[in-house]
Amino acid sequence: MSKTAELNIDRVAELSRLALTPEEKTRFSAQLGSILGHIEQLAKVDVTGIEPTAHAFPLNNVWAADLAQPGLGVSAALRNAPAQRDHMIVVPKVVD
Amino acid sequence: MNYEAVIGLEVHVQIKTHSKVFTRVGAGFGHEPNTLTDPVVLALPGTLPVMNKAALDAIIKAGLMLGCDIAPVCKWDRKQYFYPDSPKNYQISQYDQPICLGGSVEIELPGAARNVMGEHKKIALTRIHLEEDVGKLNHHATDSLVDYNRAGTPLMEIVSEPVMHTAEEAFAYLTSIRNTMIYGGISDCDMEKGQLRCDANISIRPVGETKLGTKVELKNLNSISYVRDGIAHEIKRQLAVVAAGGKLIQETRDYDGVAGTSQSLRSKEMAHDYRYFPDPDLMPVHVDEAWKAELRRACPELHFDKQRRLIAEYQVPYTITSVLIPDRELSDFFEATAQLAGKGRAQAIGNWIANDLLRELGAAKVPLSASKISPANLAALIQLLDAGALLNAAAKEVFTTMFATGDAPAAIVARLGLAAAPTDTGELEAWCRESIAANAKALAEFKSGKESAINAFKGSIMKAAKGKANPKLVDETLRRILAE
Repeated sequence: MSKTAELNIDRVAELSRLALTPEEKTRFSAQLGSILGHIEQLAKVDVTGIEPTAHAFPLNNVWAADLAQPGLGVSAALRNAPAQRDHMIVVPKVVD
Repeated sequence: MNYEAVIGLEVHVQIKTHSKVFTRVGAGFGHEPNTLTDPVVLALPGTLPVMNKAALDAIIKAGLMLGCDIAPVCKWDRKQYFYPDSPKNYQISQYDQPICLGGSVEIELPGAARNVMGEHKKIALTRIHLEEDVGKLNHHATDSLVDYNRAGTPLMEIVSEPVMHTAEEAFAYLTSIRNTMIYGGISDCDMEKGQLRCDANISIRPVGETKLGTKVELKNLNSISYVRDGIAHEIKRQLAVVAAGGKLIQETRDYDGVAGTSQSLRSKEMAHDYRYFPDPDLMPVHVDEAWKAELRRACPELHFDKQRRLIAEYQVPYTITSVLIPDRELSDFFEATAQLAGKGRAQAIGNWIANDLLRELGAAKVPLSASKISPANLAALIQLLDAGALLNAAAKEVFTTMFATGDAPAAIVARLGLAAAPTDTGELEAWCRESIAANAKALAEFKSGKESAINAFKGSIMKAAKGKANPKLVDETLRRILAE
């Protein structure tokens, strides 16, 4: 797949909503690049005739009946919210 | 150069379940903010999703109703993005193995007139997959407020092939999907409650060209008429850009239905990199023949099939069926009444439902299921009318009382003294003869074959009978005398 050269650190930072300093960009480019290099070895394995699997366990159809249970309640649900108003979590204004 | 528009729709339908799609806290609309959450919805550490069997049943049923192939195996993927409406920073969806493939939606285009059935055609589907809905953001002047009640609601995404060419087709497509989902009990599809949502992909190309043009995604089409208006507006906009020598760019536009304008959402262009990968927390779904067969048995007759059958079996006019069909309950009520009332009364039943019943339901603001009217009572009322035991004006009063009380029409007629006066046949015959004698012109016209001239005799007879004569009997008596 990719080498360090193909890693667009600005794009990765933007998708991750991270503001990186130029030093961090250099450092992380090198680190992420070596991870990608490692993963590249996997791409070399011959997988002809092997069916893709989403799971290692031969377990399917794990589900529950549609029976509604009580929820957390507003105060518990919002306990971790940095700010709240009208029983909702306040976040910086986002444009849809 | 002549251009044609090419339209594909992505329709989101919320499935009507008691609990959410990957956890068991309740699902629903109109609850106090953040009362429908639990650790899974909020993505608290250590939580794991568990599928909702009813949501799977519903989407497979939807797929069967629309003629899709049901995949024997499907899995779940994570669609990654950062946005406050999704507490996990990913949405559980289906990427490369959706549960339903192919299929089509039958649509009806507008007819030449309101009473004429329009052309029917099939719009091909690409796929239908299941995913979780996200939370709702309420935007204010300086911040946004997040309500996670909607997050995790089971959501179907129905994707059409880019095969529609007009706003009318898109409108008909959405209407048909809504009717199908309502018939299947899959969703109530109330657009105001966000249970049915629609995005449109629109492009134009020279007629005869097979390659697709530059695609514009139109969002926020949040009412069925906005879908029609928004798409018509976008096609016009694209044609104008090209006509002015401009170049269309791939973009997402937001339609403002109130203003009838759209606006580019360029900020999102860079954000689309969802990095899908299989969700390790959920096991794949295997659908076998037995499960499919069980759901196939639960599939109701499709709305257009029912419409064709009502026209063929009951000889009701198209106009009546187009009032009955979009409402499954109403069309069932019609059929139950028609079966009880007996042959030849279906059109009268249709008229009573389309005019009187719908008017009363609207005035009382109650759904049919909560009203006191029953097919047995409406059938009995129409039989009384037919037998001449009741006159039209009195029947209207009986109907209103029947609607309000649920009493049988015969009881109401007796209580209110509304029965048609038993007509003295000798007296009626005398009135008929007098009327014929006084209307030489109408008599001549009738004799020369003008069938409707018979009505000219009836006014004075009704007057003589003080409006209580049985119209059917009057008609019969007149015809007998005129044939002498």
